[in-house]
Amino acid sequence: MTRVVVTVMPRAGVLDPQGQAVQGALGRLGFEGVRDVRIGKRIELDLEGEEPERRAHEMCDRLLANALIEDYRIELGS
Amino acid sequence: MTASEAPLVTVVRFPGSLDHESAARAVAALGARVTLHGHAEERLPAGTRAVVLPGGFSYGDHLRCGAIASRAPVMSAVRRFAEAGGRVLGICNGFQVLCEAGLLPGVLRPNAALSFVCRQAALEVADPDTPWTQGLGRGATLSIPIKHHEGAWLGDPGSARVVLRYRGENPNGSVDRVAGVANAEGTVLGLMPHPEEASDPLLGSTDGRHLLRALVAA
Repeated sequence: MTRVVVTVMPRAGVLDPQGQAVQGALGRLGFEGVRDVRIGKRIELDLEGEEPERRAHEMCDRLLANALIEDYRIELGS
Repeated sequence: MTASEAPLVTVVRFPGSLDHESAARAVAALGARVTLHGHAEERLPAGTRAVVLPGGFSYGDHLRCGAIASRAPVMSAVRRFAEAGGRVLGICNGFQVLCEAGLLPGVLRPNAALSFVCRQAALEVADPDTPWTQGLGRGATLSIPIKHHEGAWLGDPGSARVVLRYRGENPNGSVDRVAGVANAEGTVLGLMPHPEEASDPLLGSTDGRHLLRALVAA
């Protein structure tokens, strides 16, 4: 079994209203210097079988991320 | 028109679809036979003349709006139907599903103001040469309600076939005020406004019938 962690983030330049709302709320709480907030997703996959990384890439391309608006990163282990 | 002559319009129902009943009612009022069809089916009903993907929150909007529905078994059949030239109308969540399926360009993002919008919208016909808009002049106005949280279309309006734009204030921050786009052939239309909710005088507008009529005339 391999733990695969997929991180999906809005692409640079894509408006992230969630991040902007959180940025505004942090400012209202008095936190200074919050230049930007981007909100994405962390997806944990426990995969059996061979080639977990290649299969995770295929899962990202076919479902987990939308390449028009999102980038993803794959990490293996632990 | 007798029942057997009436065209069969298939309304697909995903888990979490909400507006299939109102879409079915509006299309039936135009003279169609309507059947509700499950997401797990691998074929469309024999004799289907047009398909509607209704509004709602398919699969709870999990992952991304429309993403999981776009990979449901029935979508393979909808794709074959669309690629053969069949007319497909995606309303609201159905529009999101069609974009996620790659049958329409672009993607729907959360409204720029992060708030749910629910109100009557004035739409401008940007392309009168589709089956959905024929008979309406370029620039004609339709009054049709919107109700969505993730309706900001993001794509390239230069290469997409933009059929409808919001007139005046943009309610969701979509690129170029886009409210609805079609495939290159014009046979597949997706839009955030709800024509089925503007299909009876009791609802305050019947402008939605203009668009829905293409399903029945198919």
